[in-house]
Amino acid sequence: MAETTNVKEHLESKLTGVSLAWSEYRSQRRVSVPSSSIEAALRALRDAGMDQLIDITAVDMLEYPGASDRFEVVYLLLNTTSGERLTVKTHLNEPDLKLPSAYPIWIGADWPEREVYDMFGIIFEGHPNFKRLLLPDAFESFPLRKDYPVKGRGERHNFPIITRAES
Amino acid sequence: MPLDLIDSPDLDAGYREGLWTLNFGPQHPATHTTLRLVLQLDGEMVISAEPDIGFLHSGFEKLAEVLDYNQYVTIVDRMNYISPLANEIAWHHAVEGLLGIDLTPRCKYIRTIFAELMRIHDHLLCTGTCVLDLGGATAFMYAFNEREKIYEICERASGQRFHTSYTRVGGLLYDVTDDWIKMVRDFCKTFPQAYRDFAGLVMKNRIFVERTRGVGVLSKQDAIAGGATGPVARASGVERDLRRDEPYLAYDDLDFDVCCAQGGDCYARFQVRMMEMLESLKIIEQAVENLPSGPVFISGTGKEGLPDKTEVYRSIEGLIHHFENIMPNRQMPSPKESFYGATESPNGELGYYIVSDGDFKAYRARTRPPSLLHFSLFNRMIQGCMLSDVAAVLGSINIIAAELDR
Repeated sequence: MAETTNVKEHLESKLTGVSLAWSEYRSQRRVSVPSSSIEAALRALRDAGMDQLIDITAVDMLEYPGASDRFEVVYLLLNTTSGERLTVKTHLNEPDLKLPSAYPIWIGADWPEREVYDMFGIIFEGHPNFKRLLLPDAFESFPLRKDYPVKGRGERHNFPIITRAES
Repeated sequence: MPLDLIDSPDLDAGYREGLWTLNFGPQHPATHTTLRLVLQLDGEMVISAEPDIGFLHSGFEKLAEVLDYNQYVTIVDRMNYISPLANEIAWHHAVEGLLGIDLTPRCKYIRTIFAELMRIHDHLLCTGTCVLDLGGATAFMYAFNEREKIYEICERASGQRFHTSYTRVGGLLYDVTDDWIKMVRDFCKTFPQAYRDFAGLVMKNRIFVERTRGVGVLSKQDAIAGGATGPVARASGVERDLRRDEPYLAYDDLDFDVCCAQGGDCYARFQVRMMEMLESLKIIEQAVENLPSGPVFISGTGKEGLPDKTEVYRSIEGLIHHFENIMPNRQMPSPKESFYGATESPNGELGYYIVSDGDFKAYRARTRPPSLLHFSLFNRMIQGCMLSDVAAVLGSINIIAAELDR
């Protein structure tokens, strides 16, 4: 497990003075980074060998017992050579739902970031083509937030119908 | 190539105006399901392609927050419906990782056999339709003939051909019968001949090779940075296979090779899938001959696994046990943690990131769909190719819109 310590040391040496919270669950290592230094942290991790971004996702912690922050953004990273994985978490609160885009670091951040915006309304600044991915552009809500009902808000019934002549 | 051209600011405005915009899909035979591409064409050359997805978005991840770990298996079935059981295995692999459940040896082997049958099932469709899109309908029919046999194997085990919903937390819906084992053995005997017939029609077919070789190249760098996994990454020379690198189920005991290619083009992806089918067959043969005996569910009385159906119907203890495991306020508690469990699905790394707040259902369950990451690289693969290559590249990355949109 020599490589694991390397990643930790590398990240801590690059981010001096930043509080990093390391944890582990069933041998999966996680690190929580303040949102202000997420870009530097991701860059440092890429340089430390984490060459693949597996996924970006978010969790709305609104109803989570004991949670103090509203949103948790999760980056799943992988080192394709050694097979080592690391989960990077960062927390966001309304109204400041902005993070720097990871697209300049890994091109694979493109669609996952757009999906996180689509579902949670978190904005990634610096993304080259930032707009909704799955839902129509006219959609106003962010459906994976916990305050959005499972049955929806009737958007489907009130959706503007485009006629053949208009299309 | 036009790749640099389109981004350059001093690109002639007149040239841009001369480009032709073509809508490809959402209803087009080569998209297989519903997805749309907006292509910018210079004559017949594709300058850029912008995918537009979401036509099949059904809010699966929202449903995961309402349904419990066993109920949600019916939803994951419907994500990559070309290999439903592979999704179920991936979902319960992640759930069992979160709960810390270690499966019985028999369950591990049966799941392994099904995971590999699903790989053959998926690759047969992908390779078959890839040829079909390029005009070869015969090979497609050869592939579908074999898929039918796998459907029958699924039906014998679970009662369903397609959406099997066969796995449960800590086990399987039913144990398999001797009859099922015979069917798998028969399949192992007949598949090599069918494979030879199929491969003989296609692998050295001059039209097919010329339509796919050098087309839709994905470089190794882009494959890694872009999050490509599975056959798409292996065809670009990324030597990674979760079955070997992070062994789960029974893969540690079994002997198989990881299939790679260097080209990164459509033909390389096709080759990798063809080779993987033979490796899968090798795994199935080993697993079915060494199938351990014993129960398919962990522990007989605890809350982790469901009781055997015969016990539920024939004894009061079994019925109470079943009741205790099914009722929402009596189910097994899960740790207040987050866990990412990934498996090597036929399409690539299929993972589930589960956050639990203590109930027997997910607080949030994110699907990491391999198709999504692969399709986001489509623009890079297609630039500079011809319009007719769009169908070839789409076919070779095996986009399943239900998994893409969820």
